[in-house]
Amino acid sequence: MKMIFKMAWRNIWRNKRRSIITISSIFFAVFFAVFARSFQIGVYNKMIANMVGMYTGYLQIHQNGFWEEQSIDNSFIPDQSVLDLLHDNKDITDFNERLESFALTASDNLTKGAIIMGVNLEKEDGLMDLSPKLISGEFPAHTSSSLLISEGLASYYNMSVGDSLILLGQGYHGASANGIFPVSGILKFPMPNLNDRLVLMPILAAQELYAAPERLTSLVLQIDKPEKLNKLKKYISKKLDLEKYELLDWKGLLPELVQTIQADNAGGVIIIGVLYMIISFGILGTLLMMTAERMREFGILISIGMRKSKLILTLIMESLFMGILASIIGISVVSPVRYYFNRNPIRLEDQAAESIEAFGFEPVIPASLDMDIAMNHAGIVLLIVLICTIYPIVTILRLKPVKAMRT
Amino acid sequence: MEIIKTTHLTKVYSNNGLEVKAVNHIDLSIEEGEFTAIVGPSGSGKTTLLNMIGGLDDSTEGTVKIAGTNINSLSENELIDFRLKNIGFVFQAYNLIPVLTAKENVEFIMLLQGLSEKERKQRSEELLNHVGLTDKLDSRPNQLSGGEQQRVAVARALASKPSFILADEPTANLDSHSTSTLLDMMAEMNEKEKVTFLFSTHDQRVIDKARRVITIEDGKIIKDERR
Repeated sequence: MKMIFKMAWRNIWRNKRRSIITISSIFFAVFFAVFARSFQIGVYNKMIANMVGMYTGYLQIHQNGFWEEQSIDNSFIPDQSVLDLLHDNKDITDFNERLESFALTASDNLTKGAIIMGVNLEKEDGLMDLSPKLISGEFPAHTSSSLLISEGLASYYNMSVGDSLILLGQGYHGASANGIFPVSGILKFPMPNLNDRLVLMPILAAQELYAAPERLTSLVLQIDKPEKLNKLKKYISKKLDLEKYELLDWKGLLPELVQTIQADNAGGVIIIGVLYMIISFGILGTLLMMTAERMREFGILISIGMRKSKLILTLIMESLFMGILASIIGISVVSPVRYYFNRNPIRLEDQAAESIEAFGFEPVIPASLDMDIAMNHAGIVLLIVLICTIYPIVTILRLKPVKAMRT
Repeated sequence: MEIIKTTHLTKVYSNNGLEVKAVNHIDLSIEEGEFTAIVGPSGSGKTTLLNMIGGLDDSTEGTVKIAGTNINSLSENELIDFRLKNIGFVFQAYNLIPVLTAKENVEFIMLLQGLSEKERKQRSEELLNHVGLTDKLDSRPNQLSGGEQQRVAVARALASKPSFILADEPTANLDSHSTSTLLDMMAEMNEKEKVTFLFSTHDQRVIDKARRVITIEDGKIIKDERR
C-alpha cells in the first residue's frame, strides 16, 4: 500500500503545471462555495434568530389543536408533570408562559384590532429583547394592570405614556373581556405587523381580563443551543402527552420563513451547482489527458503483473489526493475569512438596511462558522472527483496491454 | 524440461475486411535454460508470437503452455498473476515506471508478489548490483542512460524469479557498448544461473550470442537452428 501511495503521490507531480492548475481550480471552487454558503447560512441563521427571538422561540407547547384554531377557548392549565419536565431539562434555559388573544382596542372615537399578549415581562425581555425596543415609559410591574403598546398603535391613537386604552374582546368560554388600562410604555418593533398592533400586558392582568385564571395559550421554551433543537424536540415529544398537548418547533410556527429560506436557498444551490459543474469539467479534462498520456504505462503495469483493480486504486488515490489537498487548502484559507466576517458582519446601510428592517430583520450579513458547510463542500468536491474518475476506470477495465503499449 | 510449448499457434488480424495471418500455426518448444533468438524481417510475426507466449495477446487458434499450464484457459486476473509469477518481460523501450527509482522499479514486482519489505530490499539491491547499477539505486529512469534503463528492466524481469524471460528487441535502442554489456550479462545469467531467455531481435550481435536461432517469415517458422 505504501508503494501504491508513493506512486500515486509522485504521479500527481509528473505534470506539475497541470496538477497545480487542477488543484487551484478545486481550491477556488471550495473557497467560493464555502464563502458564499457561509454568508447564505449566516443570513438564514440571523433571520431565524431574529424571528424566533422576536416572537416565537424555538419550541412551543400548546393545548392540542391550538395552532389550528388560535382561540382562548383552546388555552390550558399546564400539568405539573409538564412544568417538571421543562424545569429538569438542562437544554431548556427557561420557559415563558403566554396568554395570547385578540381584542378591539379603542380610544376617543378610534378603534383597531390588536394582538394581546399576556406575558411575564421580565422573562419575555430575555427572549424578545424588549428593553432596547422601549422608546418611552417603563415596564409595568408583574402585578400591575398597565400596558405596553407598540409604537404604530400609539401613533394611530396619538397616545403617549400615561394615557389609557380600552380593550374589548371575548374571554374564556364566551365571557366578556372588557377593560380600560393605562399605558406604561411604548415599544418599537422592527416588524410592521407587530409594530402596528401589539399590546403586551402582565400575564396576571391578561388572565383576569380574559376570565382565564392560571390559563395559558402557550409555553415558549428558551434554549441556548439551537443545534440541539431536534434532539430536544424528540426527547420532549416522547415525554409529553401528545393527546393533550402539541409541540411545535420554529419551523412549524413560522412556515412562511421556512418557505422564504427554501426559495432563497434553492437559488444559492443552483449558483454553486453551476460552479461545481465548471470545476467538474476541469477535473474531467485533467483525468482525460492524464489517461491518454499514460495508456502505454498502464499497459506495461498490467503486462508485468499488476492487477487492474490495483491500478484503478492507484488512479483513485491520485484523484483523491488532488481533491483532498485542494479541499484542505481551500478550507484553511476560507476559515479565517469566515471568522472575520462572523465577528465583523457586513452592515447594510441606508435604503438596503431599511428594506431589511421593514421585514423585522437586523440589517447585517454575518458569515456562519458552521463546520458542516466546509465539510459538506469538501465532500462534494471529493464526490465529483470520484465521479470523474469513472472515465479512467472504464478505460483501464477495457484496456488490452498490447494495444496500450503501442500508443 | 519443457518451459514453453505452442501448438498450432495462430494470430489473424482483420484489416478492413482483409485477413492477415501474423502468426500461422506455429509449433514451438523451448526447454529450460535455453538462450533463444527469434529472428526475421519486420512484420514477420516475431513480436506477435512473443506477445502470445507472454499472455499479452490472445491467439486466434492454437494453445500456449507455460510449464504445463495452458494460459489460454486462464481468466484475466489469473493470467496477470501467472505472468507475475512465471514470466519476466524486457521491452524494447525499457518501459520502467517513471515515478519510481531503479530500486523501487525492481521492488515493485516483488511488492505485487507480496514479499516482505526486507526481502524486497535485499533482492532488489542484489539484482541491481548484479547488473552493475549499485550506484544508481536511487536514480529515476530519466536520470539513467538507455543501457542503464535496460539493465534495470532486466533486473526487474528477474525480480519475480520467473520461469523464463521474454525480451522483445531488447537492444534495439542501445548503442554498441550498452548492447555488448547487456548481452554479456544475460549470457552469464543464462550460463551460470540457467535463466531461460527468449528474444525477438534483428540485432546480429544478439543472434551471434544465441545458442538457438528460430527464423520466422510470414508468420511461419522457416528455420530452427541450434548451435
